[in-house]
Amino acid sequence: MTQVNEDDLQAYVDGVLAVARRTDVEAYLAERPDEAERLRAYRAQDAALRTLFDPVLAEPIPPTMTERPARPRWRTYALAASLLVVGAGAGWIVRGIVSPLAPAAPSFARAAAIAHAVYAPEVRHPVEVGADQEDHLVKWLSKRVGTELRVPKLGPLGFDLVGGRLLSGPQGPVAQFMYQDPKGQRLTLYISAQKGDGRGDTAFRFSQEDRVSVFYWIDHNYGYALSGEFRRDALLAVANAVYKQLNP
Amino acid sequence: MDSHVILEHVPRLRRYARALLGDRYAADDLVQDTLERAWNKFHLWRPGSDLRAWLFAIMHNVFVNQVRSRRSEIERTMEELPAIAVRATQSDALELADVERALHGLPDEQREVLLLVAVEEMTYEEVSRALAIPVGTVMSRLSRARERMRRLIAGTQQAVPLKVVK
Repeated sequence: MTQVNEDDLQAYVDGVLAVARRTDVEAYLAERPDEAERLRAYRAQDAALRTLFDPVLAEPIPPTMTERPARPRWRTYALAASLLVVGAGAGWIVRGIVSPLAPAAPSFARAAAIAHAVYAPEVRHPVEVGADQEDHLVKWLSKRVGTELRVPKLGPLGFDLVGGRLLSGPQGPVAQFMYQDPKGQRLTLYISAQKGDGRGDTAFRFSQEDRVSVFYWIDHNYGYALSGEFRRDALLAVANAVYKQLNP
Repeated sequence: MDSHVILEHVPRLRRYARALLGDRYAADDLVQDTLERAWNKFHLWRPGSDLRAWLFAIMHNVFVNQVRSRRSEIERTMEELPAIAVRATQSDALELADVERALHGLPDEQREVLLLVAVEEMTYEEVSRALAIPVGTVMSRLSRARERMRRLIAGTQQAVPLKVVK
């Protein structure tokens, strides 16, 4: 057997050694009572620490810890949308070219990325209305957002519709559609109405919010953001497909 | 969904903070600061990754940045624990009081590792991620922490000073 080292002994105390190695350690300890006693003391200390602090788990949680304090998510959306209006008014960028970020715009991307980060990991309730009721979903969200929404079909790109949900935005409701590929990786399309005269259209813009990549653009008074944990080029391909389907 | 998934971890964060700091109020302040940071930075959490490790990493950072500066104050609080009264009434508690004292005789970085392994029951890899240190460092700190604890507890009966109060 290879020589027993201190890491093995620590792992033995924690009960995480593989069976074969544990046998080695036990043989080693059988010949060294002082070492065996040392490890017994470690286990007793660990147990005492759990006895001391486990009761904290059962204590009632102070109310201040259960409520999200200042600056709730909705205020982030409000900020994002108010900045978006500025960005929309200022933007005159030739469509189809990926432009550098306009200084005011990233908050929209950020709001979309937050919404993505919040709902994409959901296992049981990723959406409010599933793709099996697509007609109902589209009618419902169209009614709430105030325009006839179209849901891009991304099946050819490997993404099936999971469903959608309604989010609250300061300028009114926001629709979020979620897609998923066979590996379970998710994309969300975030659509919100924007006030304006329709002249604020922008090109695709790209933003990276930690791991979430976002392509976003404004078209005919609607802001769109496509978010996912994908590489920029992969997401761009999907963003192009979405754009083409929305503007046939 | 966001605040709910974080809430599940609040009891564990409180347990760890209490063990780390000893003082109940300082510990809850640490938890509160950690939660506020977590809520504000929730968009940075990588969905599907280990939320517990992420929260403990935030707590570690808050601890390192904010709490260490108040440490001498906390140590004085620890010194004032009624160890004698406890000893007089309960032999079990005597041992636990010694263990708690010994725990606070450890350097912060050793105490963190020991608590995450022994109380939080994280794997060495999880501790490595939460504290942003290599696994080898986790192992060496764990080994030193356990041995130092053992000596401090053993030394309690010999009136060896457990720590220097500045």
